[in-house]
Amino acid sequence: MMPELGKYAPEVLSAYALTLGLIAALVVLTWVRARRVKRALDAAEARRAHG
Amino acid sequence: MSIWEYANPRRFMGWTAPLVPVLSVLAGAALAVGLIWGYFFTPDDYRMGATVKIIYIHVPSAMMAINAWVMMLVASLIWIVRRHHVSALAARAAAPVGMAMTVIALLTGAIWGQPMWGTWWAWDPRLTSFLILFLFYLGYIAMWAAIENPDTAADLTSVLCLVGSVFAILSRYAVNFWNQGLHQGASLSLDAEENVADVFWVPLVVSLVGFVLLFLALVLVRTRTEIRARRLHAIGLHERMG
Repeated sequence: MMPELGKYAPEVLSAYALTLGLIAALVVLTWVRARRVKRALDAAEARRAHG
Repeated sequence: MSIWEYANPRRFMGWTAPLVPVLSVLAGAALAVGLIWGYFFTPDDYRMGATVKIIYIHVPSAMMAINAWVMMLVASLIWIVRRHHVSALAARAAAPVGMAMTVIALLTGAIWGQPMWGTWWAWDPRLTSFLILFLFYLGYIAMWAAIENPDTAADLTSVLCLVGSVFAILSRYAVNFWNQGLHQGASLSLDAEENVADVFWVPLVVSLVGFVLLFLALVLVRTRTEIRARRLHAIGLHERMG
């Protein structure tokens, strides 16, 4: 099942690890900021509606 | 109804809400299929050995690095011509995604180049224009962050985007303009003769589709966030004044 990467294993594995790590970081940062801003806007809209 | 009405912030939030989860699931599925297929179920190349597996991340990320800038260019032109705020915010939202793709392309290219060319880096036309494109992404993001007035920021970053487009185009065609570089020609082309062999081509295209869908999903989420942040800022100003 696992491909035989031979002498190029460090290059291939590090390229994949870097890519997946950067994409995961981008997705998490995007999601966290989206949630934070949405929560803050909901609170501000509620303040506005009641005040 | 005019197409421009979809760029109305309220309408944009409405039609993109159901699209984001669909795009996210499709992106995850296409990336999983493309990368697992490419990594586990394709043979080694007779010259490059197992390093050919890097093609499934390097080529799509490089293509997205350039195409993200092209998308930003179109959105910037729409801002300059029609003053649609959502288009300026979409360009702003795309920049960090495009920059991440540029970083991935540069790093995986260096990792691939070391065993194939014997060096991590060369001042090759394509590599150099890609490095300059990365610096343009940095400058673009920094300019948005540095200018307080959002319309002024949109104007100036749009001009920067127009200038940077020269390097986005150079990154794509540098190999054709100058033949002395180390970097090979296109791996994917409309000319079937230039393409990589089918056994590599099919998973590469699936992976590319995954990168495109991921880009679209991230840009939509980030644009929605920018619209909300703009509204939040307006409410904050209103509260402070009143």
